[in-house]
Amino acid sequence: MRIAVVGVQGDVEEHIIATKKAMDAEGLKGEVIPVRKQGVVPDSDGIIIPGGESTTISRLIFREGIAEEILALANNDVPVMGTCAGLITLAKHGDEEVKKTGQKLLRLMDVQVKRNAFGRQRESFEVPLEVKNIGIYPAVFIRAPAIVGVGKEVEVLATFEDFVVGARQDNIISFAFHPELTDDLRIHRYFLAMCKTASRQ
Amino acid sequence: MIVELEKLRHGTELLKRGFAKMQKGGVIMDVTTPEQAQIAEDAGAVAVMALHRVPADIRAVGGVARMADPKIIQAIMDAVTIPVMAKVRIGHFAEAQILEALGVDMIDESEVLTPADEMFHIDKRQFKVPFVCGARNLGEALRRIDEGAAMIRTKGEAGTGNVAEAVRHMRLIMGAIRELKGKSEEELKAYARKIEAPYELVVETADLQRLPVVNFAAGGIATPADASLMMQLGADGVFVGSGIFKSENPERMANAIVEAVNYHDDPYTLAEISKGLGEPMKGIDIRELSEEEKLQTRGI
Repeated sequence: MRIAVVGVQGDVEEHIIATKKAMDAEGLKGEVIPVRKQGVVPDSDGIIIPGGESTTISRLIFREGIAEEILALANNDVPVMGTCAGLITLAKHGDEEVKKTGQKLLRLMDVQVKRNAFGRQRESFEVPLEVKNIGIYPAVFIRAPAIVGVGKEVEVLATFEDFVVGARQDNIISFAFHPELTDDLRIHRYFLAMCKTASRQ
Repeated sequence: MIVELEKLRHGTELLKRGFAKMQKGGVIMDVTTPEQAQIAEDAGAVAVMALHRVPADIRAVGGVARMADPKIIQAIMDAVTIPVMAKVRIGHFAEAQILEALGVDMIDESEVLTPADEMFHIDKRQFKVPFVCGARNLGEALRRIDEGAAMIRTKGEAGTGNVAEAVRHMRLIMGAIRELKGKSEEELKAYARKIEAPYELVVETADLQRLPVVNFAAGGIATPADASLMMQLGADGVFVGSGIFKSENPERMANAIVEAVNYHDDPYTLAEISKGLGEPMKGIDIRELSEEEKLQTRGI
């Protein structure tokens, strides 16, 4: 199994470490590699888009041609997980901030996102949160975005206040918080299970 | 859905260090106006440092350099969606309280401004907002982390456009970390005493074989090649101070440095990125600076 972590900017290393540990825990053999240029994504069984600055990540993946490769695989049912900035990048619709910065989205998940939904860094927070199929999870929100509207095909996995903060649409899964910053591997294991099922078909 | 609201926490070490981790692989640019901040955001900067003057001008003007006017910082915060950082004088916790009240995303306790306290740095654990601090060597870096810094940057010699000091500081830090490998407990204890750093942080650094927080390069970075050099020496990302808005074509330089960080290990692409950028900032030879003119020896 090969998992590609989009590595142009953000907490790439944390996702790589968490995914490797989750592979061991699931008894899976494989590699986890960062992607900073074209040509790496196409042979992957799963793709992770990490946390970071979504404006920067979006500019670089479109500029370097990585975006097209992700779209091709995602449309071929390969699982994709986005956390925080990754959630924004995967969304179909952005808010005023997304429009203002001219940020391009992958439009893979039929959701409307709001950037910096909870405020600035001062307002960043940790909270134990119920996540569907996972249980109570230590969620770490850092200048986090949120989902403010979901399409019919989207399954809500977690909510906080009036916002959706975890969602799945077929092979696409995204969270507004950072599972890669905790030692709790359940979300990465869940994603790897999706990848395993998809690669068998 | 279950939410354990009584367990909701702000300003934890995880949130502060986590914020810094989100900046990895990125470029943080010094800006003095909302227009410059927008240029930085459009180029793909991960954050901006809101300043009254860039370090090169602080040097030129002289006198006491202080926290920027909150009106300028606010205007920059309103202009961009990426995080906004700002500088306070070393030890000036009141300036830091003001920046926290303003909602700045990270505070740089910076030697570029005139130090306010000759004895103490700010007790950064008292704040919900994360701090970045400069360091020239491992001892300084670990002392700052012990005080609560969530991010370290090399001091370099700001406002010179000369990368030599940033290189020296990064090599000293990375070299010292490599030297920790294989040391026994008593050797680590002796080493901790020697560099005047807490033993626990020395052990953690030895185990991780890196600093326990994100480590950026700063001070004198002026070209894509400079950015690539610092990344190859082990930086997690770069601060560019005067290097962008003191260059001939700031938009192109800003774009080029963002791309150079992503392609830091690909000289063919770096060659393309580096073409026709116009004059970089002029710069100063550090050997021409007197000891009093050096910023890096402040707050050690």
